[in-house]
Amino acid sequence: MRIAVDLNRCQGYAQCAFLAPEIFAMHGEEALLYDPEADEAQRAKLAQAAAACPVQAILVDAVDVPAEAVSGAR
Amino acid sequence: MLGDGYLEQLKREGRIVVVGASLAGLRAAETLRSEGFAGSLTIIGDEPHEPYDRPPLSKQVLLGRAGADRTALPRLRSVDATWRLGVPATGLDRAARRVRLADGDEVPYDRLLIATGVRARPWPRAAEAELDGVFVLRTRDDSAALARRLDAGPQRVLVIGAGFTGSEIASACRERGLPVTVAERGAAPLVGALGGVVGAVAAELQRQHGVDLRCGVMVTALEGDTSGRVRVAHLSDGSTVEADVVIVSLGAIRNTEWLSGSGLGAGPRGIACDAGCRAFDIRGIVTDDIYAAGDVARSPHALFSYQFLSLEHWGNAVSQARIAAHNMLSESTDRLPHMEVPAFWSAQFGVNIKSVGVPSLGTEILISQGSLQDQRFVGVYGYQGRVIGAVAFDQAKWLPFYQELIETTASFPPPFDTVDRRPDGQRPIDADFPDPSVPTHGPTVTLSGYSPADRRMTFTPAH
Ligand SMILES: Cc1cc2nc3c(=O)[nH]c(=O)nc-3n(C[C@H](O)[C@H](O)[C@H](O)COP(=O)(O)OP(=O)(O)OC[C@H]3O[C@@H](n4cnc5c(N)ncnc54)[C@H](O)[C@@H]3O)c2cc1C
Ligand code: SF4
Repeated sequence: MRIAVDLNRCQGYAQCAFLAPEIFAMHGEEALLYDPEADEAQRAKLAQAAAACPVQAILVDAVDVPAEAVSGAR
Repeated sequence: MLGDGYLEQLKREGRIVVVGASLAGLRAAETLRSEGFAGSLTIIGDEPHEPYDRPPLSKQVLLGRAGADRTALPRLRSVDATWRLGVPATGLDRAARRVRLADGDEVPYDRLLIATGVRARPWPRAAEAELDGVFVLRTRDDSAALARRLDAGPQRVLVIGAGFTGSEIASACRERGLPVTVAERGAAPLVGALGGVVGAVAAELQRQHGVDLRCGVMVTALEGDTSGRVRVAHLSDGSTVEADVVIVSLGAIRNTEWLSGSGLGAGPRGIACDAGCRAFDIRGIVTDDIYAAGDVARSPHALFSYQFLSLEHWGNAVSQARIAAHNMLSESTDRLPHMEVPAFWSAQFGVNIKSVGVPSLGTEILISQGSLQDQRFVGVYGYQGRVIGAVAFDQAKWLPFYQELIETTASFPPPFDTVDRRPDGQRPIDADFPDPSVPTHGPTVTLSGYSPADRRMTFTPAH
């Protein structure tokens, strides 16, 4: 599962760090650090965290990545 | 060819090519599909990797919290594209509507999006840049190589250039407990982007965290040992720094060389395009089939007197990509302008730094909330009597308020009181930006409007 957080939107409410501490952590008082590729085991928690973010800053895969597999050749 | 039904046909069976397989390229591709594009989509990228996110490269990855190979961007929807990765585009034939690739192939298009971004400015002396231990940081591979070297526990790291990336690298190194020297030509870190008043706070932060910060100096030469490993750097003040890892963090160069000879208005300052992301040709005529988005684009912005603005901001790449993709598939009356207020974030030394608007355009600053001493404040930038930008250190939640002031061209200094304003924030002071004619690595925003006095661009009419 891939994650990107739009940190322009993020207001450091730390909801995500509360709900999925394995993936999100506060760094200092406000800065958010996250694991850009979380374990499959965290899927449910990640979904909760993304849904709970008050500014909807957490972007997660909406499609199965293998279906979009990228090949080097044409 | 244009006219009734053309757009419908384009949507159904057209060919769209995206050059640049990164943030802007991917988000544009997703938007094209969301807006009903069912034709063939080809995405060309010179890096061998699928699109990945760069901001973590100087943060999580250097802190050892994520692998550089694990920052691939999430897919917000399926893009069903033909990916041509690991092969650069080398030329553009606008008359034949074809993109030439390094492997000799040519890809035809009906609509083209250029999102080739920027690359790290290398150390100017090639032989020194080749020394083992000398790095730049722009790509996933750069970041992986640097993280590996930091894991090995170098004696001392030297960062050349204290812009955002350089400062983030220094921060990560200190958090790892590594001795770090930072050499910056300007008077303080971040001075090109945020000015000297805020730069002084950034300098204080670095020193408090144990960085050996040297400002107002240039690195003049790097020297290696007999086995070709970097060993020592010579500074313009005559001093030397012994370091076995050197990170060159001197800003970026726009990837436009491959367009030379194409007749497109593309040069070292990026690709000129209109507010709807349509690229201009070299004669100043807007094309209707070629678009540009992201770090490589420069376009006029209504909030900043329609001057051409080049931004190296994540949010800008996302929003321009969406606008470009939408406009490609739209009638002229349905096209949208790119009017987002620029916004940027950085995290260093545990402090969340965010800006909106274009602080580097400001001449004055007012500390409207908090205080510089606490390293926790909001600074508002003024330009000709209006609010033009704002920066927050650990006060991010206030920025939407200031963004609204910028959007509504509110007057500066703001006539009302804000919460938590201290006595020293009652009056604006000079924001203390360096003389713009002296180049710094610094700002990630560049105003690059033409003026008749600007002779740096040469233009040779064909007739
Ligand atoms: C270390 C780092 C940290 C950052 N941190 C932040 C941050 O905290 N906040 C923020 O707002 N922004 C940050 N940024 C900036 C942000 O990542 C960029 O604004 C964003 O990546 C721009 O996306 P883009 O798609 O326009 O260009 P890029 O990401 O530069 O992608 C362009 C792609 O095109 C490829 N390409 C170039 N030439 C060719 C060619 N001829 N043919 C084919 N492909 C080509 C390039 O190799 C590259 O893969 C950071 C950038 C870096 C490097
Ligand atoms: S919940 Fe959203 S706003 Fe809050 S810290 Fe997480 S990403 Fe940021």
